[in-house]
Amino acid sequence: MTMKALLSPAKRFVIGVPYVWLLVFFALPFLILLRISITDMGASIDPFTPLLDRAGDSWRLLLKPQNYLPLFTDGVSGFGGTIYIQAYQTSLKYAALTTLLCLAIGYPFAYFLARCKPSVRPALLLLVMLPFWTSFLLRISAWKGILADQGVLNNLLLWLGIINQPIVMLYTDVSMLVGMTYVYLPFMILPLYTNLVKMDMRLLEAAHDLGASRFKAFWLITVPLSKAGIVAGCMLVFIPAVGEFVIPSLLGGADNIMIGRVMWDELFSSNNWPRASALSVVMMLLVLVPLALYYRYKDRTVE
Amino acid sequence: MMAGLFLEKRTSRFWLATVFLFLYIPLLFLIVFSFNSTRQDGVFTGFSLRWYQALLTDSRLVEGFWLSLKVALLTGTLSVVLGCFAAFVLVRYRQFSGRTLFYGMVNAPLVMPEVIIGLSLLLLMVASQRIFGFPERGFATLVLGHMLLGMAYCTTVIQSRLQEMDRSIEEAAMDLGCKPVQVFFLITLPSIAPALVSSWLLAFTLSFDDVVLSEFLSGPGVTTLPQVIFSYARRGVNPSIYAAATLLIAIVSLGIIAYSIYALRQQKRAVNASQAT
Repeated sequence: MTMKALLSPAKRFVIGVPYVWLLVFFALPFLILLRISITDMGASIDPFTPLLDRAGDSWRLLLKPQNYLPLFTDGVSGFGGTIYIQAYQTSLKYAALTTLLCLAIGYPFAYFLARCKPSVRPALLLLVMLPFWTSFLLRISAWKGILADQGVLNNLLLWLGIINQPIVMLYTDVSMLVGMTYVYLPFMILPLYTNLVKMDMRLLEAAHDLGASRFKAFWLITVPLSKAGIVAGCMLVFIPAVGEFVIPSLLGGADNIMIGRVMWDELFSSNNWPRASALSVVMMLLVLVPLALYYRYKDRTVE
Repeated sequence: MMAGLFLEKRTSRFWLATVFLFLYIPLLFLIVFSFNSTRQDGVFTGFSLRWYQALLTDSRLVEGFWLSLKVALLTGTLSVVLGCFAAFVLVRYRQFSGRTLFYGMVNAPLVMPEVIIGLSLLLLMVASQRIFGFPERGFATLVLGHMLLGMAYCTTVIQSRLQEMDRSIEEAAMDLGCKPVQVFFLITLPSIAPALVSSWLLAFTLSFDDVVLSEFLSGPGVTTLPQVIFSYARRGVNPSIYAAATLLIAIVSLGIIAYSIYALRQQKRAVNASQAT
């Protein structure tokens, strides 16, 4: 007897409702995305051509996988010289740097938080979450005002006499990384904290009794034990950061164009839906390995 | 050893304080400059309430607020219902064909770049509109899109509560002759109620705050509050949005304080109850 036959109608209903919903609103859209990425652009109003076309009596399959070619080469600057490849590189660069910064700031933070008195931990954790409950856009625009040439930070530094001239920070790597680190930091801290707070402190005592220095014990015991938290946190930052759209629009300059923005322009400015879809499919492929890693380590942090 | 501990304590305090400063500087900035008397946001030129006045008379912001509120209320509620179903499936039904796919689909929106979700949902809506003639891009598509995100978060929150739940009470109720539906509504639901509340709040906030999905899914004439703020923020300084932020911060802080007091009371009551027995 198969499992299906064992399911009662009630169970089938409970499973069916979310399952069908996800199939329709999550899986199906991806198939449509794939399908549009390999068809031709439509004429005038239609953003794309139908997959099947009726020519006379027979149906024709209209496939155009060469849609993907212009992403990699534009015939002038050779292979890999297109704006798309540059945008992918920029996206990966910022996502990687953001992940590193979040880990460097977030790991010690989560570690110290997990070692705080149990009575203050919930309040401190709430303080980490609190900014998350207020508009993310507004917090980003606040950084715009803080980092501007005539902004608060420059004025403060000028007033303190540390600098004579305003430093250009807005619309550069600095503002991009500050903004992205700021937004994604809680996503790094939470899995790390959940992991570190459950650590068995007796292991550290044992290491100390056996003569390990504090640093050695940290490096040989705490860090390896928190591996699942580190991987989950890093992926939770890296994957969404690759497709980040809002932060480059507000804090980035002409040199900081990321793939999300390029895709957006193809869709709404050039009306080239197949290309926008192809760009997204390639973006998906880029985050496939990180995604697999995330799934592998996600539940180890929780359990 | 003692010196090492002392040093660690110092570093710990310093690190926690610095990161909290980093997290709260933008909020402080928003509050301070919402009371500024001029449009400048580099220098505080004097106290004024003019941006709050400007906020209330800005019809785009006000309309955006009401739309976002409606979308978020509906998204929160529907996401909790779906999330409840999905969490139940993940925790209670350990084996059925297609479980891996289900697990993957439920969790994917948590990490997937939002632009990809936005684009593929837009394509679905366009395709469906061609074939069935609906839905028109607007309120309904916004709610559907936000629900995908909201459901993922709700499922995670409810799932962890369901896992911790003591099943013996349910079993006792079953032994006493309760039907599964009764058990669910009389036992399971009340005991996961805190998770339902917090996941509703989470889905509400996600929806109320979302700009990327909304940019893909809203139609002409339908603009949510974050979309209005986004277009203002791109154009340049507009302290009315700082005023909006300050109001939001005030509401959220009050809400959290109220919730903390409530949670503390519940805790005390639980402690008292356990002492009494």
